[in-house]
Amino acid sequence: MNYHWNWSIFGELSPDGVQTYGQTLLSGLGWTLSASLLGWVMALALGMLVGVLRTVPHPWVRRLGTAYVEIFRNVPLLVQMFLWYFVMPELLPQATGDWLKTLPNAPFLTAVVCLGFFTSARVAVQVTAGIDALSGGQRLAGMALGLSRTQTYRYILLPLALRIVLPPLTSEFLNIIKNSSVALTIGLMELTASARAIQEFSFQVFEAFSAATLIYVVVNIGVTAAMHWLERRVALPGSIQAGGAR
Amino acid sequence: MSLNLKLKQNLKLNRIVVVSALAAGAAVLSTAGAAPAAAQELTGTLAKIKRTGAITLGVRDGSIPFSYLDDKQQYQGYSIDLCMQIVLAVQKQLGMSGVKVAMNPVTSANRIPLMANGTIDLECGSTTNNAERQRQVAFAPTMFVIANRLLTKKSAGIRSLADMKGKTLVASAGTTTLKQMTILNNEKKLGMHIVVGKDHPESFLMLETGRAVAEANDDILLAAQVASSKSPGDYVIGTEALSVEPYGIMLRRDDPAFKQAVDGALTRFYKTPEFKQVYDKWFLRPIPPKGINLNFPMPAQLQAVIAKPTDSPDPAAYAVAPAPATAPAIAPVK
Repeated sequence: MNYHWNWSIFGELSPDGVQTYGQTLLSGLGWTLSASLLGWVMALALGMLVGVLRTVPHPWVRRLGTAYVEIFRNVPLLVQMFLWYFVMPELLPQATGDWLKTLPNAPFLTAVVCLGFFTSARVAVQVTAGIDALSGGQRLAGMALGLSRTQTYRYILLPLALRIVLPPLTSEFLNIIKNSSVALTIGLMELTASARAIQEFSFQVFEAFSAATLIYVVVNIGVTAAMHWLERRVALPGSIQAGGAR
Repeated sequence: MSLNLKLKQNLKLNRIVVVSALAAGAAVLSTAGAAPAAAQELTGTLAKIKRTGAITLGVRDGSIPFSYLDDKQQYQGYSIDLCMQIVLAVQKQLGMSGVKVAMNPVTSANRIPLMANGTIDLECGSTTNNAERQRQVAFAPTMFVIANRLLTKKSAGIRSLADMKGKTLVASAGTTTLKQMTILNNEKKLGMHIVVGKDHPESFLMLETGRAVAEANDDILLAAQVASSKSPGDYVIGTEALSVEPYGIMLRRDDPAFKQAVDGALTRFYKTPEFKQVYDKWFLRPIPPKGINLNFPMPAQLQAVIAKPTDSPDPAAYAVAPAPATAPAIAPVK
């Protein structure tokens, strides 16, 4: 390898004349975290709603939920980013489209919406699976106690189902952080985009991507640890829980 | 022109015919006196070419007209033609009767690793030569000089950067243009909202769909984008040159023998009438795949550098217009 290593690159001033390359990476991390966290909140809310809809007794509501899941799950994330950013504004009335295009931070907002919808479909499937995993007696017992359907979901089914699907939800959380890198295609200067910019300006490609890789790993290990803590924290003795079969 | 003909065939086949090692050996003997370099201990890339009988060019798939994939799935362009001249010169210097040329597509993200690890020997694209990059790679004598300009829709009525106050500007991620626009925006307190396109086509898409009022880019790339757009008449390239940048063919650093061979090959070729033909072929005549004509006469800066070749990364070395390269209020070049 004929490569000139230079790890001190992160201390050097980047071409914008204000930040060092290290700060460029950190601001990229900031965008990555804010896009994925906001997207995650949206995905959890929508995902739970759609997941529940797919378990109610009305067949048409269930089909609607399934259609939602299939649309957002079966189209590649990259394509969805493109559709939201470039195609959707053209389909709206001219004035609305123009307003949307000139929004400040349009790439960021688009990325949050896109990641939110994409991930919500996956969360919905898991929530459905969690509810289906409960024995039918839970629902019937709730009804027998005089709870309304909403109350049955709110107090009986969802609390149990969500505990069951916490481990796959951890994976989805990690996925949304990694998936946020796709937002670089619509111009969001998140972590991967920052690493790319550093390599373009300085040609120190290995340093830039090593640092970005390390940051992703550290962030994701942190998320995994936090979710493990949450799992232990909310575990109900006697119900299905992580490590129960070991 | 048998040379050109041969070149064309090579491009078509994507590789030069390899002649048997025996013939190559005989050629070494017969030309040993004429090419002293071949007699010396070869090092670096030259040794590699001699040993393997092959050279790998890094090419781009969308840098029209420098290096791109045409409708017949062949890589071609101005930079590739120049690289083929280098290959012919190196082949002659090494006394080989044929060198196999492989084309390896690269992106702006992987060209450095592929150059460093020896996958590609020359990068024939549209890479800006600057001081920071010269710490990592070497550049052949400058083969093109561009100016950064603004592309706008005629309807927007933008004449210069000053008109862009408070408006949205797009530049491509990781380009020197983006960096320069960020600096100018701060310096001149323009309050422009700068958005980033992932690559040049996407930057143009942002301008086309109205996400940005202006696109800042190298003028030759802008000319190509306009020429191949749906309605070329809608766009106007600004006369204000925001900076000047040299393009160079990239090679590995710390390989003086190969660098000397490449420098010599290009410097000699620049002095031949064929060079003018190559330029005209790509910049003044219709080019594949769509037969667009860039209509881009040789800029004064390029004429100067062709007369006196240099690999200097300093934009000031290319300023023939009566203005420093960094000041935005520059006289039009054309």
